[in-house]
Amino acid sequence: MTTTLGAPENRRARKQPTRTSRGRTRAGSAAIKGAYPFGFYLPAGVVYVTLFLVPTLAAFFFSLTRWTLFDYEFIGLDNFEQFLREAALLKGLTNTLIYAVVTSGMKVVLGLLLAVLLTSQIIGRGFLRSLVFFPVLVSTIGVGITFTALMHPSEGLINSSLSVLGVDGPAWLTDPTWALLSVALVDVWKGVGLATVIYIAGVVSIPREYYEAAEVDGAGPLAQFRNITLPLARPATVTVIILSLIGGLRTFDLIWTMTGGGPGFTSDVIASVIYKQYQAGFYGLSTAGNVVLFLLVSAIVVPLFWFLNRKEAEL
Amino acid sequence: MRFGITARRSPAIATLMALSISLTACSSGSLGSSDDKKKLTLDFLVPTGPDSLPVGERLAKDFSASHPDIKVDVETRPGGGEGDNVVKTRLATGEMADVFLYNTGSLFQAIDPKKNLVPMTDEKWAGDLDDLFRPTASVNDQVYGAPAGSNMGGGVLYNRKVYADLDLEVPKTWDEFMANNAKIKDSGIAPVIQTYQETWTSQLFVLGDYHNVAAAEPGFAKKYTANDVKYATSPAARRGFERLQDVHDSGYLNKGFASATYEQGLSMIGKGEGAHYPMLTNSISPVIEAVPAAKDDMGFFALPGEDAAKNGLTAWAPAAAYVPKSTEGEKLKAAKEFLAFIASPDGCKSLTKAQPPSGPYSVKGCELPADAPQAVKDTQRYFDDDAVTPALEFLSPVKGPALEQICIEVGSGIRSAPKGAQLYDKDVAKQAKQLGLKGW
Repeated sequence: MTTTLGAPENRRARKQPTRTSRGRTRAGSAAIKGAYPFGFYLPAGVVYVTLFLVPTLAAFFFSLTRWTLFDYEFIGLDNFEQFLREAALLKGLTNTLIYAVVTSGMKVVLGLLLAVLLTSQIIGRGFLRSLVFFPVLVSTIGVGITFTALMHPSEGLINSSLSVLGVDGPAWLTDPTWALLSVALVDVWKGVGLATVIYIAGVVSIPREYYEAAEVDGAGPLAQFRNITLPLARPATVTVIILSLIGGLRTFDLIWTMTGGGPGFTSDVIASVIYKQYQAGFYGLSTAGNVVLFLLVSAIVVPLFWFLNRKEAEL
Repeated sequence: MRFGITARRSPAIATLMALSISLTACSSGSLGSSDDKKKLTLDFLVPTGPDSLPVGERLAKDFSASHPDIKVDVETRPGGGEGDNVVKTRLATGEMADVFLYNTGSLFQAIDPKKNLVPMTDEKWAGDLDDLFRPTASVNDQVYGAPAGSNMGGGVLYNRKVYADLDLEVPKTWDEFMANNAKIKDSGIAPVIQTYQETWTSQLFVLGDYHNVAAAEPGFAKKYTANDVKYATSPAARRGFERLQDVHDSGYLNKGFASATYEQGLSMIGKGEGAHYPMLTNSISPVIEAVPAAKDDMGFFALPGEDAAKNGLTAWAPAAAYVPKSTEGEKLKAAKEFLAFIASPDGCKSLTKAQPPSGPYSVKGCELPADAPQAVKDTQRYFDDDAVTPALEFLSPVKGPALEQICIEVGSGIRSAPKGAQLYDKDVAKQAKQLGLKGW
């Protein structure tokens, strides 16, 4: 308890010298500049400019043009207007948000529970831990193709197993109400291993003393989980939420291999809408779509990151 | 979007091909005979897939046999939208192969032929092309491509055995077609096969209906290009979407149509588990390959319209071989000879050897083989009767990329036909704007 109470003070205390040191740095910037000869920076600089700076600027430029690869014509913001009026976009936008929230929510819950299980004194713990992590290592495309076969409405393993139990399984990937959710479930299966590993690190780093002290005070396992594990694993929660939310927002490969955005447009996400424009040869338009996606991800993740980290500081 | 058979096994074939090509290249190189110095090598870029790669290989082989001083190396690229991007990128960077195969019609217009391709109008063979093909590979009266395949029809592939067993007649109007469907359903056979796992197969009811649209509204294509007429507001054009909804709402589709694949559709129609499969005629030989017993059972008729007297076929022109501007000098001369071979009766024979034709050839002097399957002869009949209209994509550059998804939505009851037509109009407007067409 003392450490948490002392934390803000420590932070403030640490901030003070930082500010002064930064001031000093600015004053002596000439000295810093000379620390390495210019030639040292050149290789990294060239790589950065040609591979990152130029393409990024080019993308912003081409998003303002009608571009056929052979030539381009400057058309101002028309592409953005067209992209935002795209019929599939609204559906794609809501689907993206649903997908991101569902997958990151389930990864947080399942990841934490699995982490608690896998940090307990369980037989074959190392083996079980690696088993949970295994799907993360498999190629997404491979997972997608495998589950497309497993989720086949009449011949798939999932529905034939369900029918043995007397349950009539839905057409997972071809029923408009199920398609997006089915893909999200597969995404959770594939990604929960990473969340679990992050949580295991978080849970293991919680000092044993807290649990011992709580036990002396008569707290049961549930109270220990609620009052010690949950709040002190917060940094892990932040990391898992941010990672899986970004992953969910820009998800593409799994959706594309499993449903292609279908049936019709019912499981389209922003990334698949953008890819379809590229496929159709609308290069300017799809570049504009990427700029929109970039802005959207920043608009969601930056405030969220700030919010979650602030909460952490207040603890 | 394009039609084409996208085969899963093609990468394996392509790898094998590339391997065998590189091996032959090694052996002839290491021999180091004096011939090699005189021998000119042409690169020939063809799409992978069972409907294109064998054609490219066969043409290369037969041409080299009759022109011993020219060697043709086949190089492969992916098909579909990915292939479009490969072709465009290579043309834009000036690194295109010496000769390449690509679609005709609206996709051909999109690669800026005037800027990127060598015109072939002055070649002798340009005069031998038929009127159906010629405009699909031309810009302003300049011909650019030699037809590398036979014409195709878009309509309904049907099982003749089912028709004989149930004593049905080939329908010439939509009402007759639906009456047949009712009888077929009563006998326990799926009347109409749809295979929405492969999205491109969903579009036939709309795209194959263009003959009927043009019959009801002459000059539709021109008005369509100029943005004067739309799918949602033209009753004739909207019928395609309405029919798609019709067959779904009447319960005439095969069970599990939403997750059925093209291959399953082929085998269903071949075995008579389904009676009708709206498809292109280039699927006839794959059906026979999948179900050899079906050779005489396969028949074909055009999508029926409202008026029996105006019954006719919507046709697709074959892909063509083009020469990019980056091919120069001796190679250009050799490339022109190669195109002349492709657009000759000898070339047609070579094409037939690679793949049974799906309809008549576009070059004067080319004949269908006598042992062609019945469905191909059915297709030929429409050409003989002059009851053929080219598909809209050959008459207008306007074509929306999302038609297949919209058709799936209408065909599985997710969206109504009028709403589907409206959505397609929006999709089309986007494409026209991206092409920079006037009036949009």
